[in-house]
Amino acid sequence: MAIINRVFATACFLLFSAGSVHAGLPIQHWQTASGSEVYFVENHALPILDISVGFAAGSSHDSRDKAGLASLTQHMLMQGAAGMSDEEISRRLADIGAKLGGDVDPDRAGLSLRTLSSPRESTQALELLGKILQHPDFPEAVLEREKTRIISGLREAATQPESIADKAFNAALYGGHPYGVVEASEPETVAALKRNDLVDFYHAYYHADGAVIALIGDVSREGAAQIAESLSGGLPNGGKPVNMLPPVPFPEAGKEVRIPHPASQSHILLGYPGIKRGDADYFPLYVGNYILGGGGFVSRLTEEVREKRGLVYSVYSYFMPLAELGPFQIGLQTKREQADQSLKLVREVLEKFITGGPTEQELTAAKQNIIGGFPLRIDSNGKILEYLAVIGFYHLPLTYLDDFNGKVAKVTTAQIKDAFARRIKPDNMVTVVVGGESDK
Amino acid sequence: MPKRCLLFLLALLPASAFADIQEFKLPNGLKVIVQEDHRSPVVVSQIWYKTGSIDEFNGTTGVAHVLEHMMFKGTKKVPAGQFSRLIAAAGGRENAFTGNDYTAYFQQLEKSKLPLAFRLEADRMANLQLSTGEFAKEIRVVMEERRSRTEDNPQAQVGEQFNTAAYQVHPYGRPVIGWMNDLEHMKVDDARAWYHRWYAPNNATLVVVGDVDPQQVLKLAKQYFGPIKPQLLPLRKPQSEPEQKGERRVTVKAPAKLPYLLMGYHVPALKDPDHDWEPFALEILAGVLDGNASARLNQNLVRRDQIAIDVSDSYDLIQRDRQSMFVVDGTPSEGRTVSDLEYALLDEIERIKEDGVTEQELQRVKAQVIAADVYQRDSMFYQAMQIGRLETTGLPWKFLKDYPARLQTVTPEQVQAVARKYLTGDNLTVAVLDPQPIDENKPKHKEVTHGHN
Repeated sequence: MAIINRVFATACFLLFSAGSVHAGLPIQHWQTASGSEVYFVENHALPILDISVGFAAGSSHDSRDKAGLASLTQHMLMQGAAGMSDEEISRRLADIGAKLGGDVDPDRAGLSLRTLSSPRESTQALELLGKILQHPDFPEAVLEREKTRIISGLREAATQPESIADKAFNAALYGGHPYGVVEASEPETVAALKRNDLVDFYHAYYHADGAVIALIGDVSREGAAQIAESLSGGLPNGGKPVNMLPPVPFPEAGKEVRIPHPASQSHILLGYPGIKRGDADYFPLYVGNYILGGGGFVSRLTEEVREKRGLVYSVYSYFMPLAELGPFQIGLQTKREQADQSLKLVREVLEKFITGGPTEQELTAAKQNIIGGFPLRIDSNGKILEYLAVIGFYHLPLTYLDDFNGKVAKVTTAQIKDAFARRIKPDNMVTVVVGGESDK
Repeated sequence: MPKRCLLFLLALLPASAFADIQEFKLPNGLKVIVQEDHRSPVVVSQIWYKTGSIDEFNGTTGVAHVLEHMMFKGTKKVPAGQFSRLIAAAGGRENAFTGNDYTAYFQQLEKSKLPLAFRLEADRMANLQLSTGEFAKEIRVVMEERRSRTEDNPQAQVGEQFNTAAYQVHPYGRPVIGWMNDLEHMKVDDARAWYHRWYAPNNATLVVVGDVDPQQVLKLAKQYFGPIKPQLLPLRKPQSEPEQKGERRVTVKAPAKLPYLLMGYHVPALKDPDHDWEPFALEILAGVLDGNASARLNQNLVRRDQIAIDVSDSYDLIQRDRQSMFVVDGTPSEGRTVSDLEYALLDEIERIKEDGVTEQELQRVKAQVIAADVYQRDSMFYQAMQIGRLETTGLPWKFLKDYPARLQTVTPEQVQAVARKYLTGDNLTVAVLDPQPIDENKPKHKEVTHGHN
């Protein structure tokens, strides 16, 4: 938050794009001796090196009574390693201006590093990254401190309408499926986590075999190979973690969850199991969603709900592709008195889209934007790094990016209509409304 | 605040490698600044107007931002909604944002589409049609935006109250999005007056960064913006906050679990880039306290003493009215109070005033500055932001070149000196969130019916 931020800003339109990259982006791919997959783009335009290391260690691997374990394990990697304290790690990173970060999503967890490519800085930064990945200490005292902080955050989140809505949505959509555990952390489940749980989780999932190492920047192919070997070589080895995710069950009937809250706006989420990475319907659904609610100011939802009626500041829809069916979600916030009116309108827009499909004109406009905007998706090393990681993790073909625009170009209105009709069942959707004064 | 989806604007980070920047001025007063970056076949175009909430008057707060929204609502040639459709069809992304000091609009495009951005931007600089019907809808959108950002965000409420307490006179004390009451009573004529007062080529800077030829950009700028007539701009009278003469405190009650503390001191912003040293010392001070995870606030209060679950600070030396705040904020750990946290933060400040900072800490902050200077070159958008912000606040973009070097010259004594001079009790404003249990049956805010529609 920024108190005197001169500018307010939010990210409202989550364009969960496919990993898409430039025709001709030269991706080099190989395996390390210990079985890690390396994806590398050599680029000497800036004296920077970006690297990420990803594992099949996402939050869907949590059990319900230990919800929060995947996130905590990833977080604790950086809080003590090879005898270095959390303070020493952060001091060493700061001394060379390196940035260490990372992400956890339902499928993946990992770390990313940005460093200057000059020898002194890059050597030290990579050595630190290696120790953090290969020799995490999970110190007890630090673990207790971090658990306390996380628990406080969870208690705070439980009072805020947006977090309440996200949690309820995920639970309603996925129920007992492992993706239903993704937002299931509670103060009690985090409090119960022990150091051994983290150590076990680390050894079970942070394996060299199957890890995805993405690199871009100012380093040679030989240099990249050495970096990848030395990172991968010291990781636990226990074979490639197998994807044990069962298929996501579809809701058999519509479900509406209403949660009272005094906020001035209602937070409304609607959803249904969406798509997988590599899904046969990926392109029709991706392009179709641009038209429905993904295309910022030119989508049907924005046009009907915001531009024509002034009911919201933000309304969107997205597909988040995962290893199994990730969520299709529509979201909006509107003042509580007009929650029901807005929800009804959103349902009408969706149903009309599903039964009628897009117009030829809408499809042309969507293709113009997606295809014409392709260069913007890969105009920085930071963006390309994430694409490399996604391609690697989900085993998308190396030509996936080169093929992207061609596949978008081939999508027809009939395919979109057909894919939405088969894949999204409005009557069986999950709806969550937090706040509002409507009938229960 | 952004009309739509937006980005978080960070405080000014350092920049270098500005060898490829060229600056032009059209006869009508429009400034054009072009930075070549040939890494990708893309371009970002931003137009910055020197007008923001700082120029507003009581009763119509928020009008700068409302006009920003209305800028997408059509001209004679490009009807409402078409601006976004045309940019989208060109594969582009576009949006806008409003701050205290400026209002800016941007497009990101494949490089050959730059003329489209110029054509549309020039058209709405001169030919905006503000219709009553479009206004009636859009003002409701802005009120929803305020609900999202502020009404339902306890920490944002604290920030808003903090600003009103710290700035009792200066317009920096007013929220950029405006008070709800002012939005409820705003008329299309308020937006129209604003547009006619401030939207002119001689009150704007066009910044282009990307895979372009500066001479070509200049030619295009002349073609599209050249015909627009300059206009007489209102006299901007200097406004300044009278010296604070004693501590100020405010409390906000809102539904939440955790309390929150926000403290700030009036400090100078950059006035004379060639001779000022205090703003640079304040930047280094901010870095020593919170420039990285091992910096003092996080290390001592979160990790060692566990008084807080989060702490941070901020200082921005780029301000149109040459005054700024040095702000420290945090959330106490459960079982600790905001008073505990306040004492701990004041204690950290006292230690700097008494013992100064170490050479090692200083070097660490400077290393970050050097690295950040390189990293930011990975984003064309960010580089354009920095140029636009400086020019619009009346500082030369060339300052970007000098900034890292100026920070390198700061000494431990200077850091200690600014702490002693400005971080004093009589210059302090404290704002606190007093969390309230959730009563789901009672709306936090009584809704007022609007007369607009």
